[in-house]
Amino acid sequence: MTFSPELEARFAKLLNSYPPGRQRSAVVPMLLYAQDEIGCVTQELVEEVAHRCGVTALQVDEVIGYYSMLHRKPLGKYHVQICTNIACQAVGAEDLWAHACKNLQLGNKEVSPDGLISLEEVECIGACAWAPAIQINYDFHHQVTPEKFDRLMQALADRTYSARPS
Amino acid sequence: MAEVINFTIDGQKLQAAPGTLVINAAKQAGISIPSFCYYDNLALQAACRMCLVEVEKTPKLQVACTLPVAEGMVVHTDTPQVHQARKSMVEFLLTNHPLDCPVCDKGGECELQDMAFRYGAGFSRFREAKIHVDEKQWSPVVYYDAPRCILCYRCVRICGEGLGVSALGIGNRGAMAEIVPNRGDHLECDECGACIDICPVGALTSGAYRYKTRPWEMEHVGTVCTHCSNGCKTTLGVRNGRIIRANNRDRSGVNGEFLCIKGRYGFDFYDHPDRLTTPLVRQGGELKPVSWAQALAVVAKRFTEIRARNGKFAVIGSNHTTNEENYQLQKFARQVLRTSNIDHHRTGDVATLLDALQGRASALASTADLVNAKAALVIDSDLAQEQPLLAFSLRFNWRINQGHVYAVTPGPVREDNYATTVRAEPGREFEQLQLLKDRLAAEPELVILFGAAIKGEDIRRLVAFGDSLGIPVKYVALVDYSNSRGASDMGLLPDLLPGYRPVSEAGLEPGLDYDQILAATDLNALWVVGANPLSRQPLASQDAFVVVQDLFLTETAQRADVVLPAFCAYEKNGTVTNVCGDVQKLTRGPKTMGPKPDLDIIALLAKEMREDLGPTKVADVFAEIRNRVHGYNLPLVVIESGGAAQAVPPNDRIQIQSRPEVVRSAGNTLYTSGTLGRYSPMLNSVLEAPGALYHDPHIAPFVAKGSVQVDTTEKYG
Repeated sequence: MTFSPELEARFAKLLNSYPPGRQRSAVVPMLLYAQDEIGCVTQELVEEVAHRCGVTALQVDEVIGYYSMLHRKPLGKYHVQICTNIACQAVGAEDLWAHACKNLQLGNKEVSPDGLISLEEVECIGACAWAPAIQINYDFHHQVTPEKFDRLMQALADRTYSARPS
Repeated sequence: MAEVINFTIDGQKLQAAPGTLVINAAKQAGISIPSFCYYDNLALQAACRMCLVEVEKTPKLQVACTLPVAEGMVVHTDTPQVHQARKSMVEFLLTNHPLDCPVCDKGGECELQDMAFRYGAGFSRFREAKIHVDEKQWSPVVYYDAPRCILCYRCVRICGEGLGVSALGIGNRGAMAEIVPNRGDHLECDECGACIDICPVGALTSGAYRYKTRPWEMEHVGTVCTHCSNGCKTTLGVRNGRIIRANNRDRSGVNGEFLCIKGRYGFDFYDHPDRLTTPLVRQGGELKPVSWAQALAVVAKRFTEIRARNGKFAVIGSNHTTNEENYQLQKFARQVLRTSNIDHHRTGDVATLLDALQGRASALASTADLVNAKAALVIDSDLAQEQPLLAFSLRFNWRINQGHVYAVTPGPVREDNYATTVRAEPGREFEQLQLLKDRLAAEPELVILFGAAIKGEDIRRLVAFGDSLGIPVKYVALVDYSNSRGASDMGLLPDLLPGYRPVSEAGLEPGLDYDQILAATDLNALWVVGANPLSRQPLASQDAFVVVQDLFLTETAQRADVVLPAFCAYEKNGTVTNVCGDVQKLTRGPKTMGPKPDLDIIALLAKEMREDLGPTKVADVFAEIRNRVHGYNLPLVVIESGGAAQAVPPNDRIQIQSRPEVVRSAGNTLYTSGTLGRYSPMLNSVLEAPGALYHDPHIAPFVAKGSVQVDTTEKYG
């Protein structure tokens, strides 16, 4: 399996970051970076990572089954993650989640037909001070009201989205 | 750090070596701390939290299975707080555990059941509906019932650490976590069933045993597996005279609790529908069932007649029959039939090794040596396929005792994962050995295990190589079947009497070997006991009177004039000698009707011919062997109590004619076992069958790392 030169360089650095015999430590970051490039975790990727880290494919599967941010199916171009954990819940995250599902016509872990947006209900993303918070790909958006959420979604649809909206 | 740590458990002042875990220290003092996930010789897990104990000056309860003892530590294992914790743990483990004990295979020998009985509450605070997942079948032998699973990781660890297969893992997380097999919906592995035996609950169940019986309804008979030469102790669960299961949960014998698929599931050949139950005599060109008396009379009459006219006899013995039977068979051949034409399928050149060692003391490794030796060298054998216990033992040695393992093989072997391995084409092993020489000579001691490819003069070269290392070296000549070594020791050889004495001592000339017997055109009678030589080549003597003792109508039996149905090892009493020379006792398990033990058949035949073969009972024959066969004067107490005692090699040269060409490995894999394997439905039903030698079994894709360069590799540590 081949990756982009940048990713290969990143992998090479990763595998050298751990003491000899501890290359399995690289499994999680390798999967995450490769997932970003490929779009999801494929069986081919599982076997490649297993081979490179000296573990069995099953041991990589165990990791994928455990961590919710590793996905077997392709996500949308923008993966919208809404935190409904306690801090966000206290300030309306569940309403926001219901609003998002209704407006996007998507359920948990579903992808829009055009492949642009996928929606996921997530546990705490560590942005409690700015609850309710959501995460689009790797970007946080704070104090998201249903109105703010709609503006963000519109921006995604209009291709005018930027990670740092006003 | 002090050599000895002083601490207190439940008021007992105790001492233990530094690093001893509290759970083990308590066990040594007779204090039982319950645990599910803790398991001897497996990595620590601390998953089940059953072993919580109170340690003074420590605010919270501690897990005894990962807590090493410390100087002055005061531990309490039996306080109200500890009881409450255990009760809560059982309650938690039972959250999703179904209450199906009455139909669960494990009921009666279930650790969770025992714990629930001892600590559990009669009610649960968890009122939610239990999560149910349907049971899955992963292979013909392994079934998994996720709701019963308590996620102790024992199966994952025994498969990965113990066997080196790593076919099991954990999928999902939290309440949905469950054990998953390596091939999505099924297993591709050794099918050894270790995961099933080690499971403390009924989550993993065995295809052979499930729903057949309750544990307390069986008699548990400790005997020795009849398949390969490793001589694993197996405990047969027998009910109503039939074998229901085999395992070795009491960890007796040379194997501890290890068994491969053959030991756990390969017993089923014994009640195959094709099993012979009555003697057959050829009448009008066809084999017809007759009574034992008639069949024995026919054989006795023909044998007497052929002997009277100085006819030519030949006897081919078995790799599976007991020492007593082999001893009596060679006695019959030499004393009654007055022939030296006796041999067996030699699967390793044991006699030449013993000769090359010239009787030096303790130069043969026992099975226990493989676990404890500082270093071991495997030559020309795919141990994981051919000698599963030895493979397990060497891995155990590396894993627990930091032993070093080297392997010189033609193809990839599982030892590649942890050993220093070198590829060598057949015939070029010694070149590679020279490259390894410095490394080997630096070891404090070495056990060399070699396959059938090393035979004749090569064995002498190997012993010379061992001597040149300047360290104590022990040897194991690898053989293939349960009593291959015993057949050799008991004199099923054309030029050697029992104990490797020359035939001249019995006033005989060396006779025909295995190949010569089959190729001879002038045999008048051939007696084959528990062997199938005609599966490979036809018998050249067209007119020979052929008598076959076997379990099945094999190719050889089809050619016979008289077929006498014999017991298999599970139905016999007696002793067998494993690959390392360890003698162990067989105990009769099932009560099969019809066939007879080979010992009785030999005795009855002698009686029918009015010959005196001496003792007829197993114990009496063994007593004679102990008296007369060099090396077999073994402690009866050890053997009778189910232990293993190593036969001592002869203490001088052996006058053997070198016949390396008749030494051939049967090439059995984990899933084949000669004739017996052909009649075992379970061995044939697993997807992996028939297995492959020197071949990456695709168990773990990372196994094949290719040839390792001797000078650059330091894999252990």
